[in-house]
Amino acid sequence: MTAPPHIWVEPEHLRDAARRLRETGGRLQMAYAWYSEPSRLELRYVATEAGQSHFAVWRCAPNGAAPSLAGIWPLTGWYEREITDLFGLVFSEHPEPHRLMLHEGVNPIRPPFDPDYPAQTPLEAELKQQSVPEVAGATADVQLLPFGPVRADVFESGEFLFFYVGESILHYQPRLFFKHRGMEKRFEGLAAEGGIVLAERISGVASVAHVLAYCQAVEAAATCVAPPRARFLRVLLAEMERLYNHLHYLGHLCHTTTLKVGEAQGKLLEERVKQLNARLTGSRFLRNILTVGGLRRDLSPKGWLEAELKTLQEDFSVYARHLENTDSHLDRLITTGILEQRVAFDQGATGPVQRASGFDRDVRRDHPYAAYAELPLTVPVRDAGDAHARAQVRMAEIDASIAVVQHVLSLLPDGPIKADCEVPPGSEGLGFTESPRGTLFYAVHFDQRGRLARVKIKSPSFSNWRVFPFTVHGSNMMDYAINEASFGLTIAGCDR
Amino acid sequence: MPLWTLLGLRQGKQTAPWPLAEGADGQAAFIGMPRYNSDRCTEECRACADVCPTKAITIRLQAAESGRLDIDYGRCIVCQLCTETCPTGAMTRSSDWAFGARRRQDLVWQSSPFEPSSADRASRRGFRRSLHVRHVDAGSCNGCESELQALNSPFYNLHRLGIFFTASPRFADLLLVTGPVTYAMLTPLRATYEAMPEPRWVMAIGTCAVSGGIAEGGYASGHGLDGVLPVDVYLPGCPPNPAAIIHALLMFLDRLPQRVQGGRLGE
Repeated sequence: MTAPPHIWVEPEHLRDAARRLRETGGRLQMAYAWYSEPSRLELRYVATEAGQSHFAVWRCAPNGAAPSLAGIWPLTGWYEREITDLFGLVFSEHPEPHRLMLHEGVNPIRPPFDPDYPAQTPLEAELKQQSVPEVAGATADVQLLPFGPVRADVFESGEFLFFYVGESILHYQPRLFFKHRGMEKRFEGLAAEGGIVLAERISGVASVAHVLAYCQAVEAAATCVAPPRARFLRVLLAEMERLYNHLHYLGHLCHTTTLKVGEAQGKLLEERVKQLNARLTGSRFLRNILTVGGLRRDLSPKGWLEAELKTLQEDFSVYARHLENTDSHLDRLITTGILEQRVAFDQGATGPVQRASGFDRDVRRDHPYAAYAELPLTVPVRDAGDAHARAQVRMAEIDASIAVVQHVLSLLPDGPIKADCEVPPGSEGLGFTESPRGTLFYAVHFDQRGRLARVKIKSPSFSNWRVFPFTVHGSNMMDYAINEASFGLTIAGCDR
Repeated sequence: MPLWTLLGLRQGKQTAPWPLAEGADGQAAFIGMPRYNSDRCTEECRACADVCPTKAITIRLQAAESGRLDIDYGRCIVCQLCTETCPTGAMTRSSDWAFGARRRQDLVWQSSPFEPSSADRASRRGFRRSLHVRHVDAGSCNGCESELQALNSPFYNLHRLGIFFTASPRFADLLLVTGPVTYAMLTPLRATYEAMPEPRWVMAIGTCAVSGGIAEGGYASGHGLDGVLPVDVYLPGCPPNPAAIIHALLMFLDRLPQRVQGGRLGE
């Protein structure tokens, strides 16, 4: 893996660079800030350029303020608001200049990522209702329903505001970041290995995707490569994670369409994979295996996992066939929550959500890591952009994942499982994985003592939560739960 | 629809016999809390304490007969770093997961086990066979939620035990809390508790809710439930597996005994 090229961009030229990227068929992926020195704030933009297998990185030294790129790349709106909340940098002409990460009513003495923010000082807050758009016209008919942050059933915390007229949703606004734990800050000052247990606990159901992206970012900084056996086993773990996530997704989707046996069957298959995970690693979430340079200990999946996956595939194909033949289920999915391709692109949709709206993009294939370059991978794509397409993409991905794991099991080389990795002081690296929910980035920066100075995590749900409301405005209340389930969002990774 | 009924019937019974009868509990090969063998601990070694990311293991200033280490399983995130680092086998891997405890100090390692506290039976009598629980996520990583959701899968089928998740705190007897309690969830969490009718109880699920875990402190996270709500049952784990949650629920109802005493499982 070659280091991505860095390009310095002056603040006044940022918008030109953003426009050029758009015109030449590229896409802005994410933006973040960090203090390269205690008084020197630097902005980073990560982009894909057409036909390039590496990510381009732009560096920008803002002079007290920077221009917002949200007018050119709407997806950057959230990144810029996050930087404003956590670093205090204001973006000029921002279309939504409101709080995002820290709720309205929080007034920290300094932004929490300011080097002078006193360590271990909790935020004080008098929480207020979030800013919402004003409703004009016949407002007497418009009802406001605030729902959350504590929701029905076992769900993650988040608040959702519905402006509605009768059954129709006029405007929908999620308020997330109730679960913001300040996790990125916890990495600071740790040695590279110290970040492992943290990365595994950013988003529990994507432990492998997170820790793998983190390890690959550190390995990029250290310019070391995990040995072949470790790289194949990393693929195996990542695909087992995708399997239990997608099976859970299908069961939960059936829950929202009230297909009871379908729900039970999906959750039963999910539980079966979690038990296979425990048999493989001792952890139902595949934790405590990965480390910088390879694996913490060897695994022996051969001789038993092949047969287990074969029966799983048989049972799954019966289940999938039933789902695709149940009219009452399909009626509630087809044309529900259509995400237009243009909106998906502009607002930054990723993973199965993006692939169900016609974008053939998957970093496992487009920017291969671990052992993906040596394995045959099918990337299913659908064009309809509705809840049914999102479910179909995931169903096809289950088949593709099982096929990849079977290939890993037949090709798995013997040999060492860990390489030595020495992180040079002042180095940095970018790591990325295709998690079950989409592209996940870790950007790591080390200080002059070889300790972590900054870790930025871009989770796929951060991208997809930004996109999701565009499919809710103008829809109806009955479809909401189905539409939300069809996006397969989590909150922990988004909130961090 | 008949298609699904047929599919369901053809599957046969998928629910684990445990805990109603002897048999598989689905937790085979699960690696649980590390076990401390105090007699293998050597002088001047501090490998495990240095590697522990949540300071669950600390070296005693004065070594007593009961060992050199203070181990608080209420802080353990089951990362296994101590078992991998320990040169003498004093910290070893185990399959111990039934760590639900009525008192916080039952999770702290002791050479002579505590007498397990007796339950407050009288006030809970009417709830033994039917309990309604409400869950609140106070900033978890979603691992605990994933395992709580698993309880309603056919494999664990929590309903058969008379335990139900309820949508409203107004109908809830027990509040299950996950996460370290972030600054933004503190008020909604307290409001949920206040909305519950009395008598009401609280269970801290997962190491974050017990002590803050890996997410403890910083600018946005709290230190778990202590000092926020009165806790009746502590269940550490990262996350606790479904069987551990079921065990803790049944222990709360006096239908199974508490197994952890002095930071380890009794017989």
